[in-house]
Amino acid sequence: MTNGSNMSKQEWLESVYGPAVARNKERQDRFETTSEIEIDPLYDPSDVTESEFASKVGYPARYPFTRGVQPTMYRGRLWTMRQYAGFASAEETNRRYQYLLEQGQTGLSMAFDLPTQTGYDSDAPLALGEVGKVGVPVAHVEDMAIVFDGIDLAKVSTSMTINATASILLAYYIAVARREGVPTKELRGTVQNDILKEYIARGTYIYPPAPSMRLITDLFEYCATETPAWNTISISGYHMREAGSTAAQEIAFTIADAIAYVDAAIAAGLKVDDFGPQLSFFFVAQSNLLEEVAKYRAARRLWAKIMVERFGSENPRSQMLRFHTQTAGVTLTAQQPDNNVVRSTLQALAAVLGGTQSLHVNSKDEALALPSEDAVTLSLRTQQVLAYESGVTDTVDPLAGSYFVEAMTDKLEEEARAYIERIDKMGGAVRAIENGFPQQEIGDASYKYQTQVESRERTVVGVNSFTSGDETPMEILRINPEETKRQVDRLERVRRERDGHKAQATLEHLEAVAKSSDNSMPAIIDCVEAGATTGEICDVLRGVFGMHKELLVV
Amino acid sequence: MTTATAPARVLIAKPGLDGHDRGAKVVARALRDAGFEVIYTGIRQTPEMIVQAAVQEDVDAIGLSILSGAHLDLLPAIVNGLRENGLDIPVFSGGIIPKEDYEALKEMGITAIFGPGTSLKDIVDFTREVTGTPSPED
Repeated sequence: MTNGSNMSKQEWLESVYGPAVARNKERQDRFETTSEIEIDPLYDPSDVTESEFASKVGYPARYPFTRGVQPTMYRGRLWTMRQYAGFASAEETNRRYQYLLEQGQTGLSMAFDLPTQTGYDSDAPLALGEVGKVGVPVAHVEDMAIVFDGIDLAKVSTSMTINATASILLAYYIAVARREGVPTKELRGTVQNDILKEYIARGTYIYPPAPSMRLITDLFEYCATETPAWNTISISGYHMREAGSTAAQEIAFTIADAIAYVDAAIAAGLKVDDFGPQLSFFFVAQSNLLEEVAKYRAARRLWAKIMVERFGSENPRSQMLRFHTQTAGVTLTAQQPDNNVVRSTLQALAAVLGGTQSLHVNSKDEALALPSEDAVTLSLRTQQVLAYESGVTDTVDPLAGSYFVEAMTDKLEEEARAYIERIDKMGGAVRAIENGFPQQEIGDASYKYQTQVESRERTVVGVNSFTSGDETPMEILRINPEETKRQVDRLERVRRERDGHKAQATLEHLEAVAKSSDNSMPAIIDCVEAGATTGEICDVLRGVFGMHKELLVV
Repeated sequence: MTTATAPARVLIAKPGLDGHDRGAKVVARALRDAGFEVIYTGIRQTPEMIVQAAVQEDVDAIGLSILSGAHLDLLPAIVNGLRENGLDIPVFSGGIIPKEDYEALKEMGITAIFGPGTSLKDIVDFTREVTGTPSPED
């Protein structure tokens, strides 16, 4: 019998593994990742080309950034712990932010309600039932001022999940900072501002793609000089993956969207290295731990190469894929909700091992409602345990060199690149979306996943296996209807007490700017400083730009 | 189902401003694969739009998916609109709806609520039952 120490992988497969499987079948005929990449029983040095290791993997803070974007990673500074929050009213949201900061959270992440996200005031007929439900309503600058009451905008960094109305919400934030005497150059944070994935998966678009892209590049241009420390976009794979995509599709569709934004900005006359350093990304952390770690590493490498090879970037800051991570909402189960704590911990670990810059950990009750304060605290504690007790923060990119992780990183990059080539052939992400391509791919993948759960080919603990009958109901967060009333009362007061002529004049000016090719940001800031509301500003823009009509892909 | 050649028609709709359509689309596909004729409205439908679609499409059942928490306002508006138009058809819903709201929604006229983790088979079986569609095994 051959000694193990001088055996090749092939010999081992034939002489040891093969006979063992012939005697006892494995648990599955085929093992694969969510991206349908087949997983071998074993990986060894033959799966990683030694000569390519240096160029493919390299070193942290060096091109192609596979190992991370900072030289010291978490040895220097931990990721930003940023729990996504916002509900009921500006006052309630301010209280939650103050609480999270007291508990050791290091950044804020604003969730807005759907009327704010889709450009309607809290008293609009379309806002019925939606005010304060999935986030905070911000209908005018006074709401934003209340949300940040007692919070120093010069010190905190604030991420806003806002897309179609991103310019308006950033304008409110700038207006509040100006009032408080905080120089806008010091403002740190992010607006999501990623409309393309809204057409694909998340659904809070307002205008058609072309004018939406113009609003985005206007914001890039404005922020490049006025708020240089602000991330002007968070190009998001999260929602596409939540809608059902695979990991490879998540990388591919996100980077294809990113390419479209860079193309649009260049077409608008901007230089890649002027706005490139302010681009940021957002991915999910799903439960397949090693595939996820490989995903972040592959995405970093692919983006760096694209910025250099396709766009000729010379500034390393533009080539670094910096990203936020959120654990996977779709994996949360209403059954046996305590299991969600375990799922989220595993997912958060993937994000940390993958080198995330900031993290949100979902709460166990979110398959039922917005998270309660206790549940959110546990999510923050999960981050703190990972950060201070797990030890995974003590060295950079600890899984590098794992034969499996490196092979999977290569494979995911390859698969994502193939998708991007297909999208290029279609004429880019905007055209692909207009043709329903990513929507169809995601729909197919999500339906396949669900049929696998149905047939128990895929196990979901507590749902299709290991079930335990009736569950004890959890205490969940409920939105007090009085908060909506308070919100609407304030909106009416703001409309009454502002200088109506001035507000009207700024809105008319915005209309003229929207019809021209001038940058829309200064005009939007004038509107919000004159007391114009989210709904009023969007009504003007809807009038000029029209509204997007959903392409139905089922 | 009244005859073997005319499958029952089901409207799947997304009321309100909520854009989470994974569940609605998966259910639409499952019902279509089970032989129903499915009409999917897309997202951002007002109660009036959904009632109008139900009337125009002459559907036999309606499935509503809502994850935004606006269910207590929007679902009754739809049920009432259907009644005002003389449509007495089963309306079921799914999404993120706390258990403690189930009773109130049923009193308002929602026939069934399918929460997270529901198997597609349960929804298909339910739809067959309420539309009088025999299952293929029968």
